[in-house]
Amino acid sequence: MPEVSTPSSYRTLAIPDVNELVFGQAPHPVQCGFGLQIGAGSVFPEVNFTLPPIGISAETWPEILGQYEEMATNIIRRALSLKVSGLVLEFELLPAMTETPEWGAEIAALLHRHLAAAHDKHGLPSALRVTPTDIRDQGKPPQLRKGMHFERLLRSFELCIVAGADILSIESVGGKELHDRGLMLGDLRAIVFALGVLCPADMHWLWNRIVSLCARNGHTVPGGDSACGFANTAMQLAHQKMLPEVLAAVVRAMSAVRSLAAFEEGARGPSKDCAYEGPILKAITGAPISMEGKSASCAHFSPLGNIAASMCDLWSNESVQNVRLLSGNAPEAFTETLIYDCRLMNVASARGAALTMRDWLSASDEFLSPQAAVLSPEATIAIAKAIVNEEDEYSRTVAAGRAAVTILREGAAHRGLVLSKKEILWLDRIESALDSLPGSAEELQASLNEEYKSLFLPESYGLQ
Amino acid sequence: MNDLSNLYEAILNGDNATALEVTKAALAAGTDPGSLVTDYMIPAMDEVGRRFESEEYFVPDLLLSGRAMKAALDILRPLLAATGAQPAGRVVIGTVKGDLHDIGKNLVAAMLEGGGFEVTDLGTDVAPEKFVEAISTKRANLVCLSALLTVTMPAMRTTVEALKSAGVRDRVKVMIGGAPVTAQYAREIGADGYSENASAAVALARRLAIEAPHA
Repeated sequence: MPEVSTPSSYRTLAIPDVNELVFGQAPHPVQCGFGLQIGAGSVFPEVNFTLPPIGISAETWPEILGQYEEMATNIIRRALSLKVSGLVLEFELLPAMTETPEWGAEIAALLHRHLAAAHDKHGLPSALRVTPTDIRDQGKPPQLRKGMHFERLLRSFELCIVAGADILSIESVGGKELHDRGLMLGDLRAIVFALGVLCPADMHWLWNRIVSLCARNGHTVPGGDSACGFANTAMQLAHQKMLPEVLAAVVRAMSAVRSLAAFEEGARGPSKDCAYEGPILKAITGAPISMEGKSASCAHFSPLGNIAASMCDLWSNESVQNVRLLSGNAPEAFTETLIYDCRLMNVASARGAALTMRDWLSASDEFLSPQAAVLSPEATIAIAKAIVNEEDEYSRTVAAGRAAVTILREGAAHRGLVLSKKEILWLDRIESALDSLPGSAEELQASLNEEYKSLFLPESYGLQ
Repeated sequence: MNDLSNLYEAILNGDNATALEVTKAALAAGTDPGSLVTDYMIPAMDEVGRRFESEEYFVPDLLLSGRAMKAALDILRPLLAATGAQPAGRVVIGTVKGDLHDIGKNLVAAMLEGGGFEVTDLGTDVAPEKFVEAISTKRANLVCLSALLTVTMPAMRTTVEALKSAGVRDRVKVMIGGAPVTAQYAREIGADGYSENASAAVALARRLAIEAPHA
């Protein structure tokens, strides 16, 4: 496959002024799908939906198609009923649908048909985001750049493009094999090496190919990635009291560097909904972002329910099963929730009150959780600046981590952020660990112990 | 005289080096290896589990303690084997077919190891026949199944049924866990128990191991 882009590292912020960093507005809007412009003034709902418990096999496939037919019909019916001005459907393939790329493409085509019909009959602007599962991590250590799983993933992208995907995304997992272990042991050396070296190396390689596939087709927009397998794993473990919240907050900030690599390869946004690092990406790249918060409680809990909306361009429910509620089926119900959330933000924008509403959304969460404290507009700009001020991705990752530590210390000292004793102990440990990291990625790699080295294949990352 | 309470403290604090040092010194002084395990190491891990349950410890604290325990245990294991001592149980653990998530499964595996179980981790996306095979080759008496996705939960049922078909179901107790899994689901598929978290899994495993003594 030909290389289509040369990595270009962002050196300045696309949005340097915190008062320009607001929901619905991105310096580089994305035009896609059926006449939808994302980031050009309005926030649109991005509805994500999935199957109820059901095995995926050739035998159950007709029933599965029926489920997606029902979900698409219901969601679009609700969107039209509430006179939404634009809609994004996200289809996240389940692993079996990426393993058998034809299955995923069949559902993508089904959803595309529904959106096309809604556009033809009712003029509904819309787009279909398709997100194949990154299935490359099945070996131990995972073989990321070749083999059956990699080939099937690429085939899945190709077929979904043909089937009508307007936006392509992935939650890539390169580096997760080391990051998971680092998180479990609270070891910043492993975490930083994963986020600052392995993840970006894989992201550059993978996104170069995704962008190339989109360029060949000319219709599909390379959207963006998500540190879901990294920072959201930390967030969920912190939610369950398994990890310190301050660690999850620092990991979030550092994870922006790896997600940025997609844009350096040519992704144009909107980034993935579960990429809570999205505001940092938006500040750096100017691309629109999708976010999820309080209206994604159908999928998972978070301490970021309002603040996540403050700078979004698409507003998502993350994922909801097609189960019956009192009102109707859950995907339709959550479509309504998202639409009302978006209406409020769009009225605020229309009346010149977007910044006020942004600040309310942010202030209502900011100092109630360390993880929210690093995602306020001010914190976003501080972390984004720390990133672009450094040259290489390793240094950027460390700088983002340090910026997050500073924000948390400031928040605890002066802004009412309450940290328990054990959280403070961990913040001290994290700061000390960041300070003691070697000056280069090569030195850090050389210092990793054998257990860590056994977890990943250097050749999967172009390393020696 | 070596102060053996230092072994307890070293495990509690996840201090690998001290745990090893004290263990070696104790053995050199003629201390019974079995008493090191039962009087100091397992009580230390029980206290670690208690602190984790009461939210005094995070997972990294817990795992570092488990590692200190394992490091000391690695020295003791040959000596224990020579005396005929048995592990608390032999566990085969894995994430079921179609599911790639492994953090919860890894936590349970680490906690079980720390609790004195011999653990064989089959990894993720494990086919039912691999569980069947491992039960025989590892002489397991406990099987732990993990799933994070609603769409992979049915593979737990398939695995339990595969154990029945292969004639090994009666030799093992089956525990299940994972975000979408419930105690009711465990009953529905014919598993023997469900655990909501990693430390509770150790208590459950200890209870089930009594009901299914290993060979």
